[in-house]
Amino acid sequence: MDRIPILKMGDFLLVTIQVDLYDQLAENLETDLVNAVKKHNSKGVLIDISSVSIIDSFMGRILGNIGAMSRIMGAQSVIVGMQPAVAMTLVELGLTLTGVATALNVEKGMELLRSKILLSDGQSDDDDDNDTE
Amino acid sequence: MTTTLSKEDFLIVKEQDVVPFRNKVKDAAVKTGMGILNQTKLITAASELVRNLLKYGGGGTVAIEAVNNGRENGVRLVFSDKGPGIADLSLAMQDGFSTGKSLGLGLPGTKRLVNEFNIQSTVGEGTTVTIIKWKNG
Amino acid sequence: MNTNQSVKILKEKKDAILELWTAKQKAEDSYFNADDQKEDSEDFAASFLNALSDSTVEDQNSKGFDKVKETLLGISVSRAKRGFSPRETGTYLLSFKEALLEVLSNEFNDPAVLYAESLKISKIIDNMTILTFEGYIKGREDIISRQTDEITEISTPVIQVWDGVVALPIIGTLDSARTQVVMENLLQQIVDTGSTIAILDISGVPAVDSLVAQHLIKTVSATRLLGAECIISGIRPEIAQIIVHLGIDLSNIITKSTLASALQTAFGMLKLEVNKKGKFINN
Repeated sequence: MDRIPILKMGDFLLVTIQVDLYDQLAENLETDLVNAVKKHNSKGVLIDISSVSIIDSFMGRILGNIGAMSRIMGAQSVIVGMQPAVAMTLVELGLTLTGVATALNVEKGMELLRSKILLSDGQSDDDDDNDTE
Repeated sequence: MTTTLSKEDFLIVKEQDVVPFRNKVKDAAVKTGMGILNQTKLITAASELVRNLLKYGGGGTVAIEAVNNGRENGVRLVFSDKGPGIADLSLAMQDGFSTGKSLGLGLPGTKRLVNEFNIQSTVGEGTTVTIIKWKNG
Repeated sequence: MNTNQSVKILKEKKDAILELWTAKQKAEDSYFNADDQKEDSEDFAASFLNALSDSTVEDQNSKGFDKVKETLLGISVSRAKRGFSPRETGTYLLSFKEALLEVLSNEFNDPAVLYAESLKISKIIDNMTILTFEGYIKGREDIISRQTDEITEISTPVIQVWDGVVALPIIGTLDSARTQVVMENLLQQIVDTGSTIAILDISGVPAVDSLVAQHLIKTVSATRLLGAECIISGIRPEIAQIIVHLGIDLSNIITKSTLASALQTAFGMLKLEVNKKGKFINN
């Protein structure tokens, strides 16, 4: 079974999706990613989708799920590099992925992750899950 | 009037057929000279419909056609399955309705992505969905 | 070789026909410029008389006329582009028919024969006259589609106003086709310049209804999916009134009345400050 590699870099997990997603692959990614967050006690997840040319409602939902699941587990997530045509198609489809943080590229995504982690650490002293937003 | 320039049937029986199918649709779209945005919309619509075909229809065939309406070229896709069919079409076309575990954006969302959308279904016999995306549509 | 009398006559009298035709055109049109149309007329007459034969004269839809029709279509399209009205092009061809018939009537003495032959020629030319209208429409459509392309292109310039800030002034009505082009341009520019803030200025949009608002909301949503923020500026008082009266919810969108205040907001988001060069001025 195909899997998308998940890289660990310090407190962060990095995922670069280089192939076009199909349903099973996306579902595997969701499972693998939450397991990896738990295993490495990661604080942030960055998903680079700059090479993905198609995102339909199912894959869009998976991306939303990953954001929500990481948040519950105390990690921040950001999706970077969405192609303009993909963004316009998602909006037309009615899927605006509110609640998912996005950034233009990996660099800006990293910056955003760091500031989000700083913000959430400042609010809750230790690893208490008292997310007040 | 819409004329068919070429036609190719694609058999969908398992999930692994989806990626090659999407590539075929992309090839057809590129051949008409379609821009990247309309290509993306068409392939996304095809991706939605082929999932329905697998999930609710138990697989089926898709006819990929290059068409012309006298002014411009386009791609027509005809999805046919011999599944249980849809009892209430108008309900299925409402935003937010779904029987499966998806978001319920399926059919109405897909309709917004293409220029022409037509669905016919008979309970017990199957469902046929026809979509057309014009080059500059 | 050609046994049909009228075919023979017409082919022999080519020069006379052309002369007659030019005279008739002159009579029809006070602005007539003989040189201007000489080439077209000669081309057409030659190609028509060439195609005329024993077999084609009997059948107005004969394949033998394909070449003539092509020439005629070309002439009609180019005339349409030069601003001739369809009536002018139609009369142009009908005067050719008159010339043909006049030549024939000088040759045939038996009215019955003349009638029969004239009818055949009339049928063929009338059939072609319809073609001039198709040519006219095609010529006009070429112009319209070229202008549409031009309008779409010039109407959506994306301007980089600051490092990390792009602005797009929208002028004219925002329909769904236009929104698509605007959105595509804006998103591509955001990616190309790596800008995190986009300002959409709608000062030049004459009216905002719920459909236009829908298009604006879509643009903002797509911008956010890329990872940038979108500010809508240029909301005139009457547009603010309409938006509220229609019950359109823009609360999730940053809106400003002027481009200047939008830019100020953008600076704030980028943690930038604009200061006067105080030292040199406050003396």
